Amino acid sequence: MNQPASAYFIEERHDPNETHTLAVLVQNEPGVLARVIGLFSGRGYNIESLTVSETEAQKHLSRITIVTTGTPMVIAQIKNQLDRMIPVYQVVDMTQTRRSIERELAMVKVRGQGEHRVEALRLADAFRARVIDATTESFVFEITGNTDKINQFIDLMRPLGLVEVSRTGVAAIGRGPEGM
Amino acid sequence: MSDKSHDPNQMTGAAMIVRALIDHGVTDIFGYPGGAVLPIYDEIFQQSEVQHILVRHEQGAGHAAEGYARSTGKPGVALVTSGPGATNMVTPLTDALMDSIPLVCISGQVPTHLIGNDAFQECDTVGITRPCTKHNWLVRDVNDLAKVLHEAFYVATSGRPGPVLVDVPKDVQFATGTYHPPRKSDVHRSYAPRVKGDAAQIRKAVALLANAKRPVIYSGGGVINSGPEATRLLRELVEVTGFPITSTLMGLGAYPASGKNWLGMLGMHGTYEANMTMHDCDVMLCVGARFDDRITGRVDAFSPGSKKIHIDIDPSSINKNIRVDVPIIGDCGNVLGDILQVFKAEAKKPDIKSWWQQIAQWRARNSLYYKKSSDVILPQHAIQSLFEATRGRDTYITTEVGQHQMWAAQFYGFEEPHRWMTSGGLGTMGYGLPAAVGVQVAHPDSLVIDIAGDASVQMTMQEMSTAVQYELPIKIFILNNQYMGMVRQWQQLLHGNRLSHSYSEALPDFVKLAEAYGAVGLQVHKPGDLDGAIHEMITVKRPVLFDCRVAALENCFPMIPSGKAHNEMLLPEQANDEATAKAFAGGKALV
Repeated sequence: MNQPASAYFIEERHDPNETHTLAVLVQNEPGVLARVIGLFSGRGYNIESLTVSETEAQKHLSRITIVTTGTPMVIAQIKNQLDRMIPVYQVVDMTQTRRSIERELAMVKVRGQGEHRVEALRLADAFRARVIDATTESFVFEITGNTDKINQFIDLMRPLGLVEVSRTGVAAIGRGPEGM
Repeated sequence: MSDKSHDPNQMTGAAMIVRALIDHGVTDIFGYPGGAVLPIYDEIFQQSEVQHILVRHEQGAGHAAEGYARSTGKPGVALVTSGPGATNMVTPLTDALMDSIPLVCISGQVPTHLIGNDAFQECDTVGITRPCTKHNWLVRDVNDLAKVLHEAFYVATSGRPGPVLVDVPKDVQFATGTYHPPRKSDVHRSYAPRVKGDAAQIRKAVALLANAKRPVIYSGGGVINSGPEATRLLRELVEVTGFPITSTLMGLGAYPASGKNWLGMLGMHGTYEANMTMHDCDVMLCVGARFDDRITGRVDAFSPGSKKIHIDIDPSSINKNIRVDVPIIGDCGNVLGDILQVFKAEAKKPDIKSWWQQIAQWRARNSLYYKKSSDVILPQHAIQSLFEATRGRDTYITTEVGQHQMWAAQFYGFEEPHRWMTSGGLGTMGYGLPAAVGVQVAHPDSLVIDIAGDASVQMTMQEMSTAVQYELPIKIFILNNQYMGMVRQWQQLLHGNRLSHSYSEALPDFVKLAEAYGAVGLQVHKPGDLDGAIHEMITVKRPVLFDCRVAALENCFPMIPSGKAHNEMLLPEQANDEATAKAFAGGKALV
């Protein structure tokens, strides 16, 4: 383990990474998303997926759903760093603290003719994807599901003439009667 | 005329700013005028409750406000214009964020209709300062201004203190709106720092402390930030438990250096006894410190056998660098009070005699030893002489960053909190001189000394002009070795003594420079002349630049070489060329 002479203590960390989905309830005010994203880039955290929208207009509340990866210590750091931001009401680790449902929506454009076209339609049906646009040589499918399911569908469409994908990113909510 | 014109709360945005300062008890601010803050300066001109100190560079305003804040416990306030005024504040804001200093910066901005147009002296101030403030605001409506200003003061001073910035476009300063005095609803409902520690955690902590065989208390700047009560409680806890105590650079003065349980500072240039005690302890109580990398050394070898209790008001400090066993989130003073109460009710002073005997052996190594000379002034000797000459006086010390800073921390004994102003986290060269300006403004009759290096002090030298203008008799005590000493030391130890750009080929004549500013210049070469010159520096009631010529190649020891643990310190008596080379060569290969 040869490393350069340094004024810092350089060490490699070997803890395994985990993927967590965090729901962050924030005051919807100018710059709030920049604060959250800036925290991730500034401190070197990963963003795998990011979804944000106002959820309670009257209270000016927005919900940011972030899928991130890191060691357990880093994940805990991320939650604490988010939680101490002034406009952040609440940070909930959807992966850790409750059983939750995650969904993502994707629109998938596929171009092809003949057998490929028929096959694409057949697979879309199996995945419960809806056709939301069609021409004689293309389809746009709308598919909803968890990230794995959407990845799988996109992989299947690739050899059948995949042209373009647009995804919303992950939204998550806890199961059961309780709110966040 | 409408009734509104008689409403005393109807006023311009500029007037609101001055009014809010008064409502928050601000008596002194540091600033520099410019196009985008002229309406505020016009208001300042027409009142006398808030004194404005004109600095020579906005960075100076920021550090002066920091010095003011740290020496008083009150928030420091800086006022700067848009564009370059705001960007020059980035260093002090970051410095204050790293060291948890309450700072309120008000910046002017171009008029709202010009924002985004690359107007003259426009920059995205809230964007630039977002990562270097605890929070910041751009105020687009004059009717939001009062609320934002009050919230700004609250956020800066509550919880873990820190810098905030309020960016006010010029048209908002001119516009008339309604002011209101501070009220609770001004604050985000989402912001509620936790002050009281969890009772169950406190019991766990007391159980650990009561059964400790080899305990240590490791305190930090959080104790000082928490206020005088936290300092009093920390001292009482040391008294009640009989535990040894060490502290970070930021925490010096919370426990008196003359106290019998004091181990000295810990960390990279801390004492041998402090670091060994940390390494070998079985219970560590960390109060208001954050396990910074200058403290821990190699984290996987940091105090391997201890149970760790960590008190911090900021949950993100917990388990950031070092995993602890009993985290307690809350205000240091509040939690210390609870711990003491439970300890006194349920525990008795543990018998740790054999631990103290062990510590005495480490102390006997005399890790701050240096060899005095009659020909050349050793920097350590200079600090000791300064300490002796000012002992018992009402003294405040600021520093720049580098070797002189570490020597000041090692050799100047602090008896009280708020007496030691240094840039710890960010390590800002050029901090000390403007910080001294701020301290002297807050304490006009006290002795304020900036222990400086010849390189650092030139970064903000222009503030001598501020000191002269406001008759602030600050003493700039320069340990002049003609090098960037700490850079040179690292180059010697780690880069084959290739002294790349760490020597100042052309230093100014500091005596003439002082005179050019209208201050007093003193210079000393010989150890025999030192005490007399220090006496003269202290006695003269004007700003002084003191050019103390010291041994050029002295290194700062003891030292934890990079990548080593606390128990692998390099002590001064071992630090001959061969041993040093070996210690650091090993570091090179292993780290």
